[in-house]
Amino acid sequence: MSEAEKGTNPSKEMSRSRCLFRRQKAGEENTLANALQRTAKRWSRPGSPVLRRFRRHELGMVSVGVLSLLVLMAIFAPLICRQGPYELELTERNAPPSREHILGCDNVGRDMWARLIYGARVSLSVGVFAVSISTVIAILVGGASGFFGGVVDMLVMRFTDIMMCFPFFLLIITLATMLKPSVINIILIIGLTGWTGMSRLVRAQILSVKEEDYVLAARSVGVPTGRILFRHVIPNALTPVLVSAPMRVAGAIMAEAGLSFLGVGVQDPMPSWGNMMTNALSLPILKDMPSRWLPPAVLLALITLSVNFAGDALRDALDPKTRLH
Amino acid sequence: MTRYIIRRLLIAIPVLFGLTVATFAMTAVMPGDYVDTLISPDKVIELGVSPEALARLREHYGFNKPIHERYLIWLRELVLHGNLGNSLLSGDPVLSEIGRRLPRTLQLTVPALFLAMTLGTLMGVVQALHLQSFFDNLANLLAFLWMSVPSFVFAILSVYIFALKIPIFPTGGAEPLRTTADEAFGLLTHLRYMILPLLMLTVSAMPSYMRFARNSLLEVIHSDYITVARSKGLTEKIITVRHALRNALMPLITITGLSVPGLIGGAFIIETVFVWPGMGKWGMLGSGLRDYPAIVGMNLVASTLVLMSNLMTDIAYAWADPRIRYE
Repeated sequence: MSEAEKGTNPSKEMSRSRCLFRRQKAGEENTLANALQRTAKRWSRPGSPVLRRFRRHELGMVSVGVLSLLVLMAIFAPLICRQGPYELELTERNAPPSREHILGCDNVGRDMWARLIYGARVSLSVGVFAVSISTVIAILVGGASGFFGGVVDMLVMRFTDIMMCFPFFLLIITLATMLKPSVINIILIIGLTGWTGMSRLVRAQILSVKEEDYVLAARSVGVPTGRILFRHVIPNALTPVLVSAPMRVAGAIMAEAGLSFLGVGVQDPMPSWGNMMTNALSLPILKDMPSRWLPPAVLLALITLSVNFAGDALRDALDPKTRLH
Repeated sequence: MTRYIIRRLLIAIPVLFGLTVATFAMTAVMPGDYVDTLISPDKVIELGVSPEALARLREHYGFNKPIHERYLIWLRELVLHGNLGNSLLSGDPVLSEIGRRLPRTLQLTVPALFLAMTLGTLMGVVQALHLQSFFDNLANLLAFLWMSVPSFVFAILSVYIFALKIPIFPTGGAEPLRTTADEAFGLLTHLRYMILPLLMLTVSAMPSYMRFARNSLLEVIHSDYITVARSKGLTEKIITVRHALRNALMPLITITGLSVPGLIGGAFIIETVFVWPGMGKWGMLGSGLRDYPAIVGMNLVASTLVLMSNLMTDIAYAWADPRIRYE
């Protein structure tokens, strides 16, 4: 078997334009992890066209800077804040911004700055984990559907048809109000419902990749179906998944913020930018205490914008043909 | 054509059936039911409610029946009597509850859809015709902003600026509070209440039209038949209007169908910010308190709207583009 596999080394057969992972070293196993590692190495090499194209996207570079800053802020939150996000100082209720509390305090005397910084943890983790879940499901479902075709394909596609008829946000609101609200549940809800559009993309990509000669070659020497799927077909169909990931991370962050804003997402006392903005629904706070709702609004806008800009840069870099302008 | 429409309608039936099964399954899988809402499980002992009384309550609402039986009863009522059941919370028929609120939601979503379509397309076309101009760059940035930032952030900012700091518009509601019952309000008053929520909803749907119109027109302008038209000596105006626009804007029809689910979801949030008396608030309350008939009814209505808009999109597309053949 190993002889046969060497004989059909896929890297020789791939068409250069479509293939994301190439230049496999002799004797190296072509697993997904290896392929990703190789690709990352190749892209980050100084002077690689991908890196060059990414750098050319100025807004994208700025966004990567902003994002790194936000991530560092979330990780080192305890070092940046003097108070914890749950510490109550009852004498400081509704305190305006001061030297002690840069952004003032909320209605039970919690430091707004601390809550803002810790809120980044919720947004970022929901974005990353929810999209990881939906991506894995999309790859598995779309992959199986595209690769096996027939009844599997029919059932899966009808199911996604039905799922796509639910207005997405209505569906997650319904689910979120019925489940116990917690960060884990929010991640699960967004992750488990957000894979449908992606799985169609994967399916379409698989359909075109599986007609490639190297798949035929692998099949003709008797490589088992599962191995063909995971080693040859899926790695080569991944470009659109990677390219669309940042946009979907931004979407998940927006969905979490929307749910928390409506009061069915992350619940008080845990800080989330969405539930901090719920304050703004009370007109006196909206009118006279912008320090209570403007900072989370700005950070929310900043994070979704920079994720999207970085994603735009990534698309330009990976897939120059589909540039939007 | 008629056969195509009939066929599409027939395909929609199993999808709707699947939808109701999915919604029902969802309510069954979720922990807790309406009886738990009435009498919180933590307080059963405190309140001295006996398990038998709870069981009687469940029997009264029909929760003791297995889920498939409940579904069949619900389906029979719907198919035979057009009855979606009574809301557990208010006791009124779900259909009339929806009938009372849906017009308010449509009052926002339908104009928003048309505004987004016309304004967005117009902006995209102007952008493509004046590539890399100041307007083009500005519009690109705006589209990115509107697409990336959650709509409630803009909604709150707009209330802050245009209702509180510069009080031109009311902060919320659909009409002024009535002092006497028969006081009627003019169209202008209604419009004043509608403008902010409508604009915010429009803005959230516009970017996809802008980007699509721009890219599609750019693609068409570089195609061979435009070069031919130009070499025939036609004026730029005729080329753009008669040859380029027609072909470039046809695919926009599909975007329209795709933006309907987003608009319905967006309306939920916008309605909350502007205290708009539509489906949003009622739906949120209903699902929070496990009002099953209301939940299923709301999802059914929303998905029917999506299905119908998809169908109309397909028909419009087949009508506009003779290359699409409907078998």
